[in-house]
Amino acid sequence: MEITRRGFLSMTGAIGSGIALSGLGINLSPVKAYADELSKMNRVKAAKQVTTVCCYCSVGCGLVCSVDKLTSKIFNIEGDADHPINEGSLCAKGAGFFDLTEANKHRLKKVLYRAPMSDKWEEKEWPWALERIARLVKDTREAGFVKTNAKGEVVNRCENIGHLGSSNVDNEECWLMSIKARALGMIYIDHQARV
Amino acid sequence: MTNHYIDLKNSDCILIMGSNAAEHHPIAFKWILRAKEKGAKIIHVDPRYTRTSARCDYHVPLRSGTDIAFLGGMINYIVNNDKWFKDYVLNYTNASFIVGPDFTFQDGLFSGYDAQKRKYNKDTWVLEKDSKGIPKRDMSLNDPRCVFQMMKTHYSRYTLDKVSSITGVSKENLLKVYEEYSATGVKDKAGTECYALGWTHHTTGSQIIRTMSMIQLLLGNMGICGGGVNALRGEPNVQGSTDHAILYNILPGYLKMPPASLDTLDKYLEKNTPVSKDPQSANYYQNYPKFFVSFLKSMFHDKATAENGFGYSWMPKLDDGVHYSLMHLFDKMYEGKIKGLFAVGTDPAVSSPNTNKVRKALEKLDWMVGENIFNNETYSFWKGPGVDPKQVKTEVFLLPASASMEKEGSQSNSGRWVQWKYKAAEAPGDGIPVGEITIKIMAAVRALYAKEGGVHPDPILNLKWDYTDIKGRYDALKVSKQINGYFLKDTVIEDKAAGTKTEFKKGQLVPTFGMLQVDGATASGNWVMAGSFTATGENRMAKRGKDDPTGLGLYPNWSYAWPVNRRIIYNRASCDIYGKPYNPKRKLLEWVGDKWVGDVPDGPWPPQADKEKGKYPFIMKADGLGALFGPGMVEGPFPEHYEPLEGPLAKNPLSGQLINPAIEIFKSDLDKVANADAKFPYVCTTYSCTEHWCSGALTRWQAWLLEMQPELYVEIGDLLARDLGIRNGAKVRVSSIRGAVECVAMVTKRFKPFQIEGKTVHQVGLPFNYGWLFPKDGSDSTNFLTPTVGDANTFCPEYKAFMVNVQKI
Repeated sequence: MEITRRGFLSMTGAIGSGIALSGLGINLSPVKAYADELSKMNRVKAAKQVTTVCCYCSVGCGLVCSVDKLTSKIFNIEGDADHPINEGSLCAKGAGFFDLTEANKHRLKKVLYRAPMSDKWEEKEWPWALERIARLVKDTREAGFVKTNAKGEVVNRCENIGHLGSSNVDNEECWLMSIKARALGMIYIDHQARV
Repeated sequence: MTNHYIDLKNSDCILIMGSNAAEHHPIAFKWILRAKEKGAKIIHVDPRYTRTSARCDYHVPLRSGTDIAFLGGMINYIVNNDKWFKDYVLNYTNASFIVGPDFTFQDGLFSGYDAQKRKYNKDTWVLEKDSKGIPKRDMSLNDPRCVFQMMKTHYSRYTLDKVSSITGVSKENLLKVYEEYSATGVKDKAGTECYALGWTHHTTGSQIIRTMSMIQLLLGNMGICGGGVNALRGEPNVQGSTDHAILYNILPGYLKMPPASLDTLDKYLEKNTPVSKDPQSANYYQNYPKFFVSFLKSMFHDKATAENGFGYSWMPKLDDGVHYSLMHLFDKMYEGKIKGLFAVGTDPAVSSPNTNKVRKALEKLDWMVGENIFNNETYSFWKGPGVDPKQVKTEVFLLPASASMEKEGSQSNSGRWVQWKYKAAEAPGDGIPVGEITIKIMAAVRALYAKEGGVHPDPILNLKWDYTDIKGRYDALKVSKQINGYFLKDTVIEDKAAGTKTEFKKGQLVPTFGMLQVDGATASGNWVMAGSFTATGENRMAKRGKDDPTGLGLYPNWSYAWPVNRRIIYNRASCDIYGKPYNPKRKLLEWVGDKWVGDVPDGPWPPQADKEKGKYPFIMKADGLGALFGPGMVEGPFPEHYEPLEGPLAKNPLSGQLINPAIEIFKSDLDKVANADAKFPYVCTTYSCTEHWCSGALTRWQAWLLEMQPELYVEIGDLLARDLGIRNGAKVRVSSIRGAVECVAMVTKRFKPFQIEGKTVHQVGLPFNYGWLFPKDGSDSTNFLTPTVGDANTFCPEYKAFMVNVQKI
């Protein structure tokens, strides 16, 4: 059965929905599936294509995100056929990349806070959290700052705050965390590269 | 990786050992299969038969933790059967160097051991020098004290019988691998090795890799197409996060963290700048001061001056000989000495060894800041199994982060390709990039110090911290230019060899680290990345050129490979001393007229036959040559087999030294060990699966992936399962002396028992991808079983070899 996307849309639009059509006694599920595929292909063609790199192992496979120009949302992610390493192919995790986007209902969307002795998370706003975190960082650092070690050598370090992670963020972010930790005098600094 | 992923296709023999590439690096494995299609031999050495084994020419099972014995036997075979590549070994390694007279090795210990401190004094681990300070050499290799002879003697103990009895590999299988692999020790053959966590997760991990590096030097496989020692690393930017040093012991660009004993910049630079008297050694690290001063300038900018040692005194100092790794962090936290923790994109409540200790430690924190795209067991530890939230004082912040495709920036793959990615969409809700969270938290701390003052405020207030755009949002491009580096004043760079002078204006980007300055005229956040932009501002990381002029898959115009876009490091060693490629069919580099043609060479100098201007190929080594004798390692210049901290044997079959003499032993009440203990009779190892990633903290939240691998299981060989009366699919309890997990039994033929020292030893294995938070019935962390102990050099935990019991429930 030949059916164009435009034709299908006008047909379903006129009647209201595919469900209504099926009420006429026609099994529309194969048609609808085909139309959905057609629709997606056309949407991919019309979308903004943005290249990215996989976030799992270190092979560095390329991916292409299709972004709807109207909604600015990603609706499809697939292997980058131009990429010399993966040549468009992906493993099971890479192929499931789309499930990392906001389409995944488990994504964190709000700042969460758990108060001492509490048994639940509370939603908070960024300014409150940043102010509270900065206060805790400063007070902790002030309380535990070590100027000299047991041998009397000057060490100027903050021994009571640790920093873990991450090899799952970008280079620029790694560098910022690395120097932030040093500027605060932190020494317990580590991440997945060691584990 | 010394090489890169596509280069695997150029190999004639690929030894996959310490990796299950087909399941954990499927796209890398595609390139391994391309080599196989062209006739390469593919060998898998691994305790377990996996999908990698299924696609290889053959699989050789060995007992977890015995890789050095296996590889030491290969060195013995190569030397005794004359399989080594003589031209390469003589010219490009320190085989001919003479070892100092007081260096000894007896019964598993090298000279200088202090049993109380579990440390070596390395004063005797030296190579002799002549009156000019140049290393003495015996090019005949006959001197009994030359490195080659000392190495030969050391590995003569690794006989086929001995190695077979330690590893459980049959002598036939040992010979098969040794013969096949050492056949690459000729000019026109390339052998490579692919490893992953299967090598690093041992108390002897670094020395396993070093043993393989020695084999590659002996066979002339280092620096060539299809060769090298290649770490298939497990995280998307683990190369970059290492380069940028989110690690206690180094600073960005592998610069050393200052120790307390070096209290001034001058002392620090003198200690860390190697000296070579040999005119043929490029000794590239003589430039160390330029890299370090440029790094301090990138941190503190105008506030770092020659007068104040460029802010050296503002850097924290480590105690000499003391370590501050993840395991040390949790040890101190368990003692109650760590009060606050940043946990960014990480789930140590699942992924760190000895989960009971880690989770108890977390309860002692005053506060924790988590940054991630999903919740995980670390951030929710206060309501974990057996924890009463009402008893836990910790304040926890869980900050929503952007996912990878929701932010612009670069990622570095294992082949050192730094690839630029673009932002495809905004993060949902209030999510922002980790970079922006970092900037905002630090800005808030700085504001408090500016307002209130405080202890040692200089490094905080003097830090250059202006990495946002005009809207106050994180600006990745701005940071990456800071990392690359730029001129802080108008500077003329003179190239004496080329007879040219180039002027750079203040603010212009530094096009290569060779131009970094020691006097504060340049800033560079990470010298190895200098050159990721051109001087005119082109972002080389974003390049997508598909040209491949050598036909070897180097793709020089796709992204940017550090250093200086070199695709295969040590590449001058692919040519003979006259600069002619050893293998003309895979011509990586060639000296033509007065220059190198091909890949970006490891330095512009002529090949070493030119005694006046020529240089040795291993330019980052002070002596310029590959180190068969490697005194940099903490447990000895020649790798030696030691048993894992927890193993089935009460005695090391090779010496009186059971375990690695230089590992640190953690001593808390939760750090128990059960070696050769009848209560825990089975060797255990841990691994991942294709559908999950690391702790599973990202992948368990994804319905498609979770459906394919929904819960924890233990793989048990069918013979052991029959003995224990365990059916496939039954619920079992796996326990070590430290903890236990309950999971499903997967009875399989993939694990076979080993014959070790005349006894049958069974091995089992579990994936490490599960935690209690989600899914609810997926079981919990495999690391309840693992010990707090790590490699003596790197403190990479020993997740791959320990002892357990398995019982029906």
